[in-house]
This record gives sequence, C-alpha cells and structure tokens, in this order.
Amino acid sequence: MAKKKLEDIAINGDGAVAYAWKQIDPDVCAAYPITPQTIIVEDFSKFVANGEVKTEYVCVESEHSALTLCAASCSAGARTFTATASQGLAYMWEMLPITSSMRVPLVMAVANRAVSGPININNDHGDAMAARDTGWIQMFADNVQSAYDNAIMAPKIAEHPDVQLPIITNLDGFILTHAVERMTPVDTEDVKKFVGEFEPICPLLDYKHPTSHGMLDGPDFYYAHKHQQVEAMDKALEVAEQVFKDFKKLTGREYHLVDEYRCEDAEYVAIILGSSYGTMQETVDQMRDAGIKVGAAMPHIYRPWPEKEIARLIKGKKAVAVFDKHVSLGAYGPLYPEVVAAAIDLEEVPKMYNFMYGIGGADTSVSTLKGAMESVVKGSADKINYVGMKL
Amino acid sequence: MTTSLKSLNQLPVKLTSGHRLCAGCGEPILAKQILMGTQRPLVVSLSTGCFEVSTTVYPYTSWNVPLIHTAFGNGAATCAGVEAAYQSLKRQGKIKEEMNFVNFAGDGATYDIGLQALSGAMERGHQMLYVCLNNEAYMNTGIQRSSATNMGADTTTSPAGSVSSGKQGYSKDLTAIMVAHNIPYVAQVSPHNWRDTVEKAKKGFDCGGAAFINAITPCPRGWRTDPSMTVDMAKLAVETCVWPLYEVVDGKYALTAESLKIADGKAEKKPVTDWINAQGRYRHLKEERWAPVVEKMQANIDSRWEKLIRLTEH
Repeated sequence: MAKKKLEDIAINGDGAVAYAWKQIDPDVCAAYPITPQTIIVEDFSKFVANGEVKTEYVCVESEHSALTLCAASCSAGARTFTATASQGLAYMWEMLPITSSMRVPLVMAVANRAVSGPININNDHGDAMAARDTGWIQMFADNVQSAYDNAIMAPKIAEHPDVQLPIITNLDGFILTHAVERMTPVDTEDVKKFVGEFEPICPLLDYKHPTSHGMLDGPDFYYAHKHQQVEAMDKALEVAEQVFKDFKKLTGREYHLVDEYRCEDAEYVAIILGSSYGTMQETVDQMRDAGIKVGAAMPHIYRPWPEKEIARLIKGKKAVAVFDKHVSLGAYGPLYPEVVAAAIDLEEVPKMYNFMYGIGGADTSVSTLKGAMESVVKGSADKINYVGMKL
Repeated sequence: MTTSLKSLNQLPVKLTSGHRLCAGCGEPILAKQILMGTQRPLVVSLSTGCFEVSTTVYPYTSWNVPLIHTAFGNGAATCAGVEAAYQSLKRQGKIKEEMNFVNFAGDGATYDIGLQALSGAMERGHQMLYVCLNNEAYMNTGIQRSSATNMGADTTTSPAGSVSSGKQGYSKDLTAIMVAHNIPYVAQVSPHNWRDTVEKAKKGFDCGGAAFINAITPCPRGWRTDPSMTVDMAKLAVETCVWPLYEVVDGKYALTAESLKIADGKAEKKPVTDWINAQGRYRHLKEERWAPVVEKMQANIDSRWEKLIRLTEH
C-alpha cells in the first residue's frame, strides 16, 4: 500500500492528467493546444515555468510535429508525453502507425471530441476510433479518478520490455476534461516509484552503439514486423493485467481489462466506453430496482481488444447491447462487430444489439440509456439503433 | 583542424559505401562533405526521399552514426525531437558530451511538404543543422516538379508539350525564407566546392542554434545529364549564378568562393544558355518559340543576383 494517504482533491480531468504527469516528471513533452485538451498543456506549461518539473517542454507549430517530435525524442532515450484531441489526432494520423512500428513507448492523452465535419467541439469517440488500427494501445476512463489513474499506469504498460508500444489514454472531452470531480491522488514519491526509471532500448543518444531507426522494409520484412507488433499487443494484455494488480496494491483501486458492474447474475448486459459507463451504472441500478437483471461493462483496455474477457462476460446472457459513441458510416458502431466476433465461439450466442448514442456530444441521460435497455429487454430494439437524436 | 583534403581524409566514415543511390548522384557527395563539418558525436535524421530509402534498406544500413527517419514532411521535427531529448538529458547530467544533430531532406521535403515543420523548428531555435539536398524536383517518385524546380524544366508533372514550355513560374527562394527566421546561420553550398561546403557545415554545427544549409545537388536522372558530369553541373550552377554561394551569419550576408569572384569581376558570369544547353530537362528550350522563356529565365537570375549583391553590400 501507499506510504502516505493523501486528502481528496477537487479537480477536472485535464487537470488530473497534468497532475499525474507532473508527478511522473517526464523528460520531454511536446504538444499543441486544442480544445478540450488545452488545460493539460496550459497546466503543464505552468509546472515547467515554475520549475516544478525537469521536462524539456516544446511548443510545436502543429500536432503533426508534436507527435513527430515526441516519437523522435522517445527514440532518442527520453521519457516523453503528449496530448491531443479530435482534429489534432487526425492531423497526427500519419505519425500514429509510424510511432507504433518504431516501437516507441510514449504516452498520449486524448480528450475525445467529435471529428469535423461539420466542425463540432463536443465529445464523442470518432477521434479514438479513427486511431484504432494504428498499433497504439488504448485505455478508456469513466471518470476523473480513472483518467488520473490511467495516466500513471500507462507508461508502465507501454514501456514494459515485452510491449514497447505507444499508448493513448482517452478521456471524454468536457464531460471529463472540464468537469470537476472528487479525486484521491497518489503520493508523488509513490507515483515515481510505481512508474520507475525509463529504460530505453537502443536509444539514438547512445552514440557509441549507433542504431538506425525507421528503416525501409520490403514486403517480407514488413509483414514480419507487423506480426511482431501483433505479438507485442497480445503481451500488452498480460502486462496491463499485472499493472492493474500492482496499482490495486498501491491504491486499493481496482481495474480490469473489462470493468464490470452487476454483471454476474445479469441477463442483459450493456457494453459501453468512457464517461457514459457511469451513466449506465445508474441506469442499471434503477432497472435492478424494478426487478430487471441488467449489468454494465466497459473495456478499460480497448486496444488490444480483450476478446476472451468479453466472451466470458457475455456467456449465458439473454441479450447484449453494445453502445457506440461513433459510427462507421455505412456499417455499424466500431465496438459492435468486435463484441459479435467475441461471441461467435459461444455455444449459445446472445441476441446482439447496437446502439449509437452521444454522437457529436448529443446529451446522454439515464432516460436515454434506460429506454434503450428496456427495448433490449422487450426484444423490440432493431439490430442497429440510434438513440438520443433530437432532430 | 584545417580544411585540407589530407586532414579530411583522416576523419571517420559516417556514411559508408554500398548504399543504393544512383551512379552520379550528388547527394552522398554533398552529405559526406557536411558530415565532415563536425567531430562531435552526431545523430542524423532523414526526411523520406532518395537519400533515406537508398541508405536504410532493412536489414542493412549505410550509417555508422545513430540514424532516424520517420516521415516525409517532418524531418525538422524529427531532428528537433532528438535534440529536445538531448537538451533534457544533458540538463539532468545524464549526458556529458556536446553533440550535434543534422537533418538531410530533399527539396520536396523542404520547400513543399516540410516547410511548416522546418519553419517551426527554426523559429524555436533547436540546436540543429538542416540540410536541403536540392535537386530541384521530386526525384524519388520519378521527377515531378517541386517549388524548387526552375522555370522551363521538363518534369513528369510539368512536362514540356506542344503548348507548354515545362515548369511555369520561378523557383521559391527558400534560403531567403530561412534568413527571415533570424537564425544564426544560413548558407548556400554546392558539392563541387568541398572546401566551401565543409567550412560552412562547420559554422552551421558550431553556431549554437538553428542552422540551415541549402545545397544544389545534381540528379543525372532528373536533369538528364551524364552521371560523370555531376560535379561539373554543380559548378556550372554557381558559374551561371543560378545557384550563388553565400552565407548569412547573424543576419549579415557574405558571398563566398566562385560567387565572390564573379561579384569582384575576377571570374566570368556565364549565361543561362550554358546551363540550359548542358541539361536534357531544358532540351525543348532550344526551340525558337521558347526564346522568350529563356530570356525570362536570364532576367530572373540577373535580378536575384543583383539583389544578393545589394544584400552583401558588395
């Protein structure tokens, strides 16, 4: 357990991420401000200006350069953090698969926001989902506390010698980034000890042992290198589970590859990402009070996809409702087919429904989610549904 | 250390032979001269381009020094990232030595897609040298025009045709744009004058801030010249004032080498027709109907040269 238990504080999600980074004190941070991530870079700039961190902070001219600079800095041997959102992540996109293929274990917070167009600064998961196939580990947070906790756990997962992959810690724009919540911080000394020293592999600055990074591959090497990334992703699941266990020992707070709420005896399960997991828990409580056996779950790690845990979770359930805050236009929400794929090996496949919600920041209330879950229980829902759309 | 062939010959080889660049390519010649400009530990960064794909074919590397490449338009940010890591670790006492950082990029990666990242890195003042291997077109993808391509050049995206004289418009004066960043060192070099290039590289590495060197780098494939003529072509670029040699130290302009001699009247300023007639990419300009284009080219070279003379207060 932690040496020192700290008093709870009131802080918003961006502030909590910046606070965690201040405690970790990375060597380099390069970032470009974008709503709703801005408070992270502003807060961190203040820590730098006041000498509270040793970080070399670089105010780059774009997000493309932000991620480039971070990937190069981490390759050079410096522990490196950055943060972005929406258009910023889209602008970085070219560098996302390059960063993961170079096996750069850097940490990036993403304040999830709808992707233009039309331009819209509110929360949905379109940005994170567009980064889905780029070889980054992705964690989701359901409240400010878990956004803070993820920021502390992320480097442990990314930097593990068997993993060596970049990691995104998602937190819902405004709903978490700008909302002040009560949070229990970890003592800085404990954070530092938990995260440990950065031990880079073949860093560029080790000039006595020169290595070439970011080389050209022919088809066979490319395929083989991609497969190595697949293996590293598989390892990341094991490592994440261990890091969650270690974190529980330190703080008492418990996370799993898939976080669950009242699922054990549930007949109906809702799978949902981000802050709406909390709203869904309230929905579950209300429906349970009415005698309906409902449960909720959130993949805490979205990439790599915890398929086994999802299959175990939905085994024996009557129906599963998959909630997506993004839609692959012309197909499904991105989470839905993956849950379906996890289910097909079960002897009895539950009924599977897909609900789009909260797109572009559309308000997601308990009544919206309750209406959706009641249609699942009744069997009146369509395979694909759009809820909470006012117009 | 004096800049003599004898002393340069003693320096460790950083870019080895056996790379896959074309016969007669100007890039490795120029890059080796730049690399001779520092004896400190060095990290090299490359923007995507001929030089990168031909020297880093996995599982082989031509580099005896640490090397990083990430993408096409971000060489300056890549180099800046390594430098930022260095500054942090040095401040923390984890690195003791003085080190240098250099990025090599083609004109596509510099004048066009990489201009934003370059501008950002120069403005922030990273302690790095950015070298543009300017062969005046996108040679790696097959000779497409760039904003460094001069008027009249036949490229695969500005082809000379029945109604076109090739590339329209003049080349961008990127060196002037870099001077406008108020960085401590900016220069133009040519691989034919190894002494001038090595000395300028030294100044770039030693200036303590962001430095930019623009190098005319002949490409036999794109220029339609014989591979044996590369160094002669580079020299001709200077002799015709198509590519003046000069440097700008803390904002102060100075002509160097052959360009200084031309300004002093000690060497002849050759006509642009010498430049045009030596290269297949300008072959069509010999047709009478394109005479006005040649006249415009000469007038542009003259006005740029005169402006440079004024700036050097020569």
